[in-house]
Amino acid sequence: MELFFNPFDNLVCILLGISFTVWFTLLLVFIIVPAIFGVSFGIRRLYMKTLLKIFEWATLRIERGAKEKNHLLYKPYSNAIIAREPTSLEEEIKEIRRSGSNKDLDAAPEFEMSDIFYFARRGVESIMDDEVTKRFSAEELESWNLLTRSNYNFHYISLRLTVLWGLGLLIRYGLLLPLRVTLAFTGVGLLVFLTSVVGLLPNGRMKNFLSEKVHLMCYRICVRALTAIITYHDSENKPKNGGICVANHTSPIDVIILASDGCYAMVGQIHGGLMGVIQRSMVKACPHVWFERSEVKDRHLVAKRLSDHVEDKSKLPILIFPEGTCINNTSVMMFKKGSFEIGATVYPVAIKYDPRFGDAFWNSSKFGMVNYLLRMMSSWAIVCSVWYLPPMSREEGEDAVQFANRVKAAIARQGGLVDLLWDGGLKRGKVKDTFKEEQQKLYSKMLVGTQEDRSRS
Amino acid sequence: MGSRASTLLREEEIEEIKKETGFSHSQITRLYSRFTSLDKGENGTLSREDFQRIPELAINPLGDRIINAFFPEGEDQVNFRGFMQTLAHFRPIEDNEKSKNPTASEPLNSRTNKLLFAFRLYDLDRDDKISRDELLQVLRMMVGVNISDEQLGSIADRTIQEADTNGDNSISFNEFIKVLEKVDVEQKMSIRFLH
Repeated sequence: MELFFNPFDNLVCILLGISFTVWFTLLLVFIIVPAIFGVSFGIRRLYMKTLLKIFEWATLRIERGAKEKNHLLYKPYSNAIIAREPTSLEEEIKEIRRSGSNKDLDAAPEFEMSDIFYFARRGVESIMDDEVTKRFSAEELESWNLLTRSNYNFHYISLRLTVLWGLGLLIRYGLLLPLRVTLAFTGVGLLVFLTSVVGLLPNGRMKNFLSEKVHLMCYRICVRALTAIITYHDSENKPKNGGICVANHTSPIDVIILASDGCYAMVGQIHGGLMGVIQRSMVKACPHVWFERSEVKDRHLVAKRLSDHVEDKSKLPILIFPEGTCINNTSVMMFKKGSFEIGATVYPVAIKYDPRFGDAFWNSSKFGMVNYLLRMMSSWAIVCSVWYLPPMSREEGEDAVQFANRVKAAIARQGGLVDLLWDGGLKRGKVKDTFKEEQQKLYSKMLVGTQEDRSRS
Repeated sequence: MGSRASTLLREEEIEEIKKETGFSHSQITRLYSRFTSLDKGENGTLSREDFQRIPELAINPLGDRIINAFFPEGEDQVNFRGFMQTLAHFRPIEDNEKSKNPTASEPLNSRTNKLLFAFRLYDLDRDDKISRDELLQVLRMMVGVNISDEQLGSIADRTIQEADTNGDNSISFNEFIKVLEKVDVEQKMSIRFLH
């Protein structure tokens, strides 16, 4: 029996050995070495173009399938469902009253039973479609990208399409996922190891130089681990030392995307586990700003540490995401004013993902971190554009909130995102009562204001 | 996520809702997608909390009353049919509907039914009369803390005086219709779809 198996065993071992070697060599040559030097072969872009053609074909087939069955396709529209006029409370209520008024126009009525129409309609409009809740779930796509997670017209798929989908599944989970996971482990492992090594050197120019190189290299490997195809625009505006870089937040991957093109000091809470290990070794090589959980609540302490860091011109620019939570990349929500009070130059950055290749949004109430990363690594690719906007500073007579809104508007404009005043915290928390009180105040002015006019005349 | 949208809603159901409410096929599927995205518990019905999670509705002074309109007497959950029936009140009135068969039952979005929706926002105890107290309650919701009790009381009194024709110191539905007969209800209580 043993004699029978031995040569077979040997053969299998040899084959496995060869395939591993080949695989690792390919990995090294095509991925890791270019990552170290920041060069690219252009393979990823070719991949992207091919995928787009396949997606278009898939969508056409689904449309054809639906037409054959004489059904209407579900077409998700990323724009609004209903028409919402931007008229104010005052204007609308006056209009309603004018149309129904059978009294003479001098004696303006203070309250009409029809006033309620305004509130009723606005309320039902917000039930049909509101600006906020849809930002906390993944964006709907117009064409199908061969991922089951984003398909709404499943029963129109023909045999050919199913085969293609199956093939896609095989490629993504059988080939791409293991490859990416290997790269991810390599990247993270190298990061931890090399930053610890660099941390042993004495502080000085050599250390900073090496730390920069090490960080960049490891982040670039991570970028390839996600097959992220990034286009950087306006690199002349890249953040400089002593400044604060702010960007819109869609997922934890944002950090990797920005940090693979420049060196930043990260800000965040110290975690336990693997994350904590990475954080602790990173800070050995160059100063990042990590907070203990207890310190995070103390706003003054946070502000002090950030401004201390910013004043030291030898330290790297800080990277902050003022929204405070992940939004689905169709809009930019309220920026928390903390980072805008410090008084340093702000370098805004807009990040826009192309959702056709894989949705990068992290819905933290639905998926945990590991689940999310697995989904990322089994998508086709992460394609995004990064715009470095010209630096901004707080102007005379502008307070932190206005400054924050100005920066937010610039980022929204550049990224083609909707600029919202709503707080990203609404993902989990309730809205403040002050907004309701504002509306009540406005309406009261309409009722009481006319009485004042009357008493004056 | 919208991925369950058109797979869970059967064609027969869509046809039935179309007949009941008058919404088009695509409007129904879009609103179903909206319904499922609001349904955090994923059990096919919405509760009051699901509605209150919409920030723009939570800051509407009459938000709670509007939410109430979706829930039939004494119930805590509303399914998609009920959801659509309530929303149907806000469908715009199309011209070709006015000349429809007069013996058919009144569509949900007729002028009378739109006025009934508004009437029910005032009439909390559903006794088909808006009493002085009920009127005061709604007024208080709309103005918050900005107007005194006396002033609000006099506004309520004046309103009832003007509308009440049979002297029972409350406003019935017919009196309500009379007061609002000149108001462009069709336009002000309608929501236009873009597609």
